[in-house]
Amino acid sequence: MDNWLDSLLSQNKIFTADTLFMYWDGFVATVQLSVISLLVGLLLAVVLAVLRSTRKPILSWPIYLFCYVFRGTPLLIQLYIIYYGITYVDGIQETFWWEWFKNPFYPALLAFTLNTCAYTTEILYGAISETDHRELEAARAYGMSWWTSMHRVVLPGAIRRSLPAYANEVVLLLQSTSIASVITIIDITGAAQNTYSRHYAPFEAFIFAACLYLVITFTILYGFRRLESRLLAYTRPRQ
Amino acid sequence: MLDLHGYGPSILGGAWLTIQVALLSLLLAVVLGLAGALAKLSHNAWLRGIATFYTTVIRGVPDMVLMLLIFFGAQILANDLAGWINRNFGTRLYFDINAFVAGVATIGFIFGAYMAETFRGAYMSVPKGQLEAAVAYGMNGWQVFRRVLFPQMMRFALPGIGNNWAVLLKTTALVSVIGLADMVRLAKEASGAVHEPFKFFIPVAAIYLLITFVSELVIRYLTRKYSSGVVRGSQHG
Repeated sequence: MDNWLDSLLSQNKIFTADTLFMYWDGFVATVQLSVISLLVGLLLAVVLAVLRSTRKPILSWPIYLFCYVFRGTPLLIQLYIIYYGITYVDGIQETFWWEWFKNPFYPALLAFTLNTCAYTTEILYGAISETDHRELEAARAYGMSWWTSMHRVVLPGAIRRSLPAYANEVVLLLQSTSIASVITIIDITGAAQNTYSRHYAPFEAFIFAACLYLVITFTILYGFRRLESRLLAYTRPRQ
Repeated sequence: MLDLHGYGPSILGGAWLTIQVALLSLLLAVVLGLAGALAKLSHNAWLRGIATFYTTVIRGVPDMVLMLLIFFGAQILANDLAGWINRNFGTRLYFDINAFVAGVATIGFIFGAYMAETFRGAYMSVPKGQLEAAVAYGMNGWQVFRRVLFPQMMRFALPGIGNNWAVLLKTTALVSVIGLADMVRLAKEASGAVHEPFKFFIPVAAIYLLITFVSELVIRYLTRKYSSGVVRGSQHG
């Protein structure tokens, strides 16, 4: 086994152990950026979607505007504004934040988090507004308060209904993280760009990266399909 | 008034380039999408297989990776081709891959995959009796498509086309990475020169929002146009 691997690696000029380690580091960076921004973005989105569904203009308007702006402009612009802009925020260089934000990883994380938060808020808000009014009436008839009916009746249903759209958002965010490479982060795409410029081999470098993304994408889709079949079991016709 | 240090006109030029890239990619995407939808609906297993591979792989790979692959890959292929011609015919050719063409080709190719799904769904929503009636009137294949299928298909396809267009417009920002002077790249250069990133990126973001807003109006107009003859609020068909 080891000999086979050794001979394969020694025959190959591009995919040396060095290159493979770089892709591995890139893979880790891509997964870290995606997972952290998705988790934080989702938590924020649940709060924002609930606040927006209260239909109090002072709450729902700013949230609507936030979603509109972040969904209507390219993520690349958002990344540039945060990455280049943060340096010019007065006094930030003297605070502890600067320790974080001078590293391109954290500005990228912030941009991806806000972006996925905007899309997820829209998905969840849509699902909350589609709640069957009879469910709400039943909850009220049981004497549930707004908060009790929200977290016992509305949110569990809304989160289930948003699963298919959210799976889509997860895949799109994973792919969007590939633009982190333009601000010098070595994610999968960054590793591919380095490999390309070292060996002048675009096909090998980028197709290998594409395959890595495909593997992650299919894993995510498979995971969501399992989750949907468990959580949405009650919507299937009776056997 | 907004002081853009004299970069205003050049950024407006970049906005025009963005619109050109977006519209040409849309055109290519619609053509590829119709072809892809036809292939997916055909009885030929090979055509169906190729179309399914196309729509699956494109949607699983980031736009950025495809853009770099096509831009740098096409340059290598062009160099190989020029080298082969030069060896055999003693010429001194050199092909330079144009970033504009590469950008439009990539974005069109990506969104062709999304359009194929949209058109496939729209085709299946047109009642088959409509097509049979058209054939019974003696129309040929093209006439059936132009007079009966396309106008009805568009009604079902428009919401999907509108979504795809909104995403496509934002994807054009990636052409700045392969060296095209669209408004994102110009804003980046200008903000680097005068050290004021917010001053340039925020107006550019606003231009994207403006284009999106205008597009929504156009889609709304088209939806009304292609829904004429449909009674609102009831489900016929």
